[in-house]
Amino acid sequence: MPDRIRRRTPKIKEMTLIKTTYNRRSFLKCSVLAGGGMMLGFSWLASCKPTPEQVRSMPKEWFEINGYLKIGDNGRVTIMSPNPEIGQNVKTSMPMIVAEELDTDWNEVIVEQAPLNTAIFKRQLAGGSQSIRQGWEALRMAGATARHMLVMAAAEVWQVPAEEITTEARTLFHKTSDKSMGYGEVASAAAKLPIPEEVKLKDVKDFKIIGTSRKNVDGLKIVTGQPLYGLDIQKEGMLIAMIAHPPAFGLQLKSVDDTEAKKMPGIKDVFTIQTFNEDYKKSAFDNCSFTNLVVVVGNTTWEVMQAKKALKIEWDRSPAIEEQMDIFGRTMDVRFPAGLESSGAHREAMVEKAGIKQNVVRKDGNPEAVFKKAAKVIERSYSCPFLAHNCMEPMNFFADVMEDKAVLNGPVQTPEFMERSVAERLGLPLEKVDIQMTRMGGGFGRRLYGHFLTEAGVISQRMKAPIKLVYTREDDMTTGIYRPAYHAFYRAALDKDNNLIAFHVRAGGIPESPLAANRFPAGGVDNYLAEDWSIDSNITVGAFRAPRSNFIAGAEQSFLDEVAEEAGKDPIEFRLELLKRAQENPVGEYNDYEADRYSGVLELVREKSNWGQEQDGIHRGVSAYFCHNSYVAQVLDMTIENDKPVVQKVTAAIDCGIVVNPDAATNLAEGGAVDGIGHAMYSGLTFKDGVAEQNNFDRYRLIRYSEAPKEIETHFVQSNIDPTGLGEPPFPPIMGALANALYKATGQRHYHQPFITEKAVVG
Amino acid sequence: MANFNLNINGKKQQIDLDPTTPMLWVLRDHFKLVGTKYGCGISQCGACTIHLGDNAVRSCQLPVSAVGEQAITTIEGLSENGDHPVQKAWLEEDVYQCGYCQAGQIMNASAFLKSNPNPTDEQIETAMNGNICRCGTYTRIKKAIKKAAAHIENI
Ligand code: FES
Ligand code: FES
Repeated sequence: MPDRIRRRTPKIKEMTLIKTTYNRRSFLKCSVLAGGGMMLGFSWLASCKPTPEQVRSMPKEWFEINGYLKIGDNGRVTIMSPNPEIGQNVKTSMPMIVAEELDTDWNEVIVEQAPLNTAIFKRQLAGGSQSIRQGWEALRMAGATARHMLVMAAAEVWQVPAEEITTEARTLFHKTSDKSMGYGEVASAAAKLPIPEEVKLKDVKDFKIIGTSRKNVDGLKIVTGQPLYGLDIQKEGMLIAMIAHPPAFGLQLKSVDDTEAKKMPGIKDVFTIQTFNEDYKKSAFDNCSFTNLVVVVGNTTWEVMQAKKALKIEWDRSPAIEEQMDIFGRTMDVRFPAGLESSGAHREAMVEKAGIKQNVVRKDGNPEAVFKKAAKVIERSYSCPFLAHNCMEPMNFFADVMEDKAVLNGPVQTPEFMERSVAERLGLPLEKVDIQMTRMGGGFGRRLYGHFLTEAGVISQRMKAPIKLVYTREDDMTTGIYRPAYHAFYRAALDKDNNLIAFHVRAGGIPESPLAANRFPAGGVDNYLAEDWSIDSNITVGAFRAPRSNFIAGAEQSFLDEVAEEAGKDPIEFRLELLKRAQENPVGEYNDYEADRYSGVLELVREKSNWGQEQDGIHRGVSAYFCHNSYVAQVLDMTIENDKPVVQKVTAAIDCGIVVNPDAATNLAEGGAVDGIGHAMYSGLTFKDGVAEQNNFDRYRLIRYSEAPKEIETHFVQSNIDPTGLGEPPFPPIMGALANALYKATGQRHYHQPFITEKAVVG
Repeated sequence: MANFNLNINGKKQQIDLDPTTPMLWVLRDHFKLVGTKYGCGISQCGACTIHLGDNAVRSCQLPVSAVGEQAITTIEGLSENGDHPVQKAWLEEDVYQCGYCQAGQIMNASAFLKSNPNPTDEQIETAMNGNICRCGTYTRIKKAIKKAAAHIENI
């Protein structure tokens, strides 16, 4: 997802009055809903029975107050979690926000995953670290309007002015007459009231749930192995489908001999499909290279896997493709050249591009002249390979397509976009396509590209049966959609007093540039030049946790470390000086970060890590970055044990505004640090003649338990600013801290990821 | 095709199928025990870890024909109500992010702690190194294992 940056002046929110009218559509009232006690989870969760305690405390009747929540006659509250859950914990933190404004007690709340419903919910998408940020207001309004309606209903019952009624822990109070009653007692009346035109939101200082640590609502199901994920879906009569993809980018299907495969036990059919109609204009999330596919359908996973191996398929070269895609409402031309690409040639091409003048994106002052007269010029190049997302749960989707309607269920980050795609392909109107969402075994951006959902739909339609499409790990790893390969060339000029007087970045990649020209250190240097370039490729790429930042942050922060060293300055002090300049007297017309918040995290991490108090044998690196509206600084402590670098500790300081669920946020920040260390240190996907050279975890190295930091300490900046992103921001900067600590530990600078390239040996 | 008598989570089960079928798919597809997860299929990630007798094994590499008389325990059978000390420790530490790898982590950790109730950090490291967590919850897994070890000690 592109970072959408908006400048925001931090201000303390007082009691907020909010017009609800703009969003009336979101609060369309469904008729009062009566339901029995068995509303937990999805119908396919056959083995997921409610506990006797849950059954006892279930209400006899539920009253839907608005699309986000319903209240039972006994006061129990069910809150719908609108957004896809990929491990970022929104299924807990989004309902917490509703519960806060509703004034209910969290321990009694039942959380359900909402299906895709664009009439009620907005932006049901997991991406760009935006779920909480963009859901914040709607979630608060959902809770606040419901609370308001309960208060109005109570005022009617008690015949007292609504203003005199207070609420706490799903109870209404009229203190002067010493009356109280539970939400359940007025839920039915409240559900019949009109939705208020205006509601009051709480003052931040009155939050009781937001800002407190609450456990993951799916915890018990996770530790007891109950069905939660797309791959776990079972349905009577369901068949298993798998796809045989071309073995290389640049190849396409020529012919298939399925005689053997069809004869194998449990096999129902083998056929080819086209994922899209001829004249269909793909959206950004339809992105995928292989659209003419051989499909094997059978009774069980193992049988289908065997039959897939028995296929005899001929492939031929795909032609160059030029097509138009609908990228968020804009028609764009996209090009995929023909040919079988290799990483060696990619590297050479990138180095060549980096050596010549490219497209100027931003220029402040007169960098060319200043470089000529500088006392010292430092030049360095950095690079990184393609990465596979490697969600722990491989791609899959369930589809049951009938004559006049379709039900699709599974792990997808972009249900709204994919609904349009699959509806058009199946020839069904949108309202006949029902998309449900499971918890996902990881997303990292991979599941933004939901071609597997459309594929599942096409296969089910053809089989006239419910099917579950399953990608093997090898399919998942070798068919895209990757983090691009990037390269960045940097130059810095120092004057004789070691001031940074010019900064130059020339960054590009295959097939896109990672450059963010208006980010730090732009704004803090008088003479600044940013150029970008790209090289076309037929290898499919897409968003990968913190797109572009996931490389450029580490490169830039390693480079700044070297420049600080050349200037003889402390790396934190050096950054703070530049940020001070950017705050007091910013260079250029537009810088997309707030320098004071940037400095804030650096100062906090300096304090919390006891920066400057060196300990024998501990080598430290620091890094700080802004992306997805949040600021993160990290210090990494490394030791050398048996000639190997060991990360002892990571100390992080984060400014992401209000933190909804601190322990879960800490977990996410820890994960970001581990993920960043892992990918920078060990991971990479290389190509030979279009073939991914790593196809499973024996050759693709992911960070393991013994390589993770021994300790991670996370500090959040206390803030009253509305929440910003957290899924992505802790991931990019740690790569810089790692490189800088590695240098301190080994005396060697590491410029090219992965820093350590031995083959995986665990197993 | 061949006939097998299996003992899964204390229940006797009979099944007739291709003897090369890995237990992973027998459990998931035939017995609907989907808590055991598929991650790699080649013994590299640990998501499919189950207990064969007292040992943690990778069910993706265990053909049904190799099980014989040995008792199989899956995550669903580790405890009645999710109250095995390892599960409790996982809940207390709120270990998981996406959660997908965690059944395998828990099965591996519980077998390990049974054989070594008082492990050193290095021993935990060696024991857990075959279980990948793509979300990076390793530091929490470590805390949870230590907590579970303390629980087990106190029993
Ligand atoms: S699925 Fe068995 S070890 Fe990965
Ligand atoms: S919690 Fe997601 S893979 Fe471990």
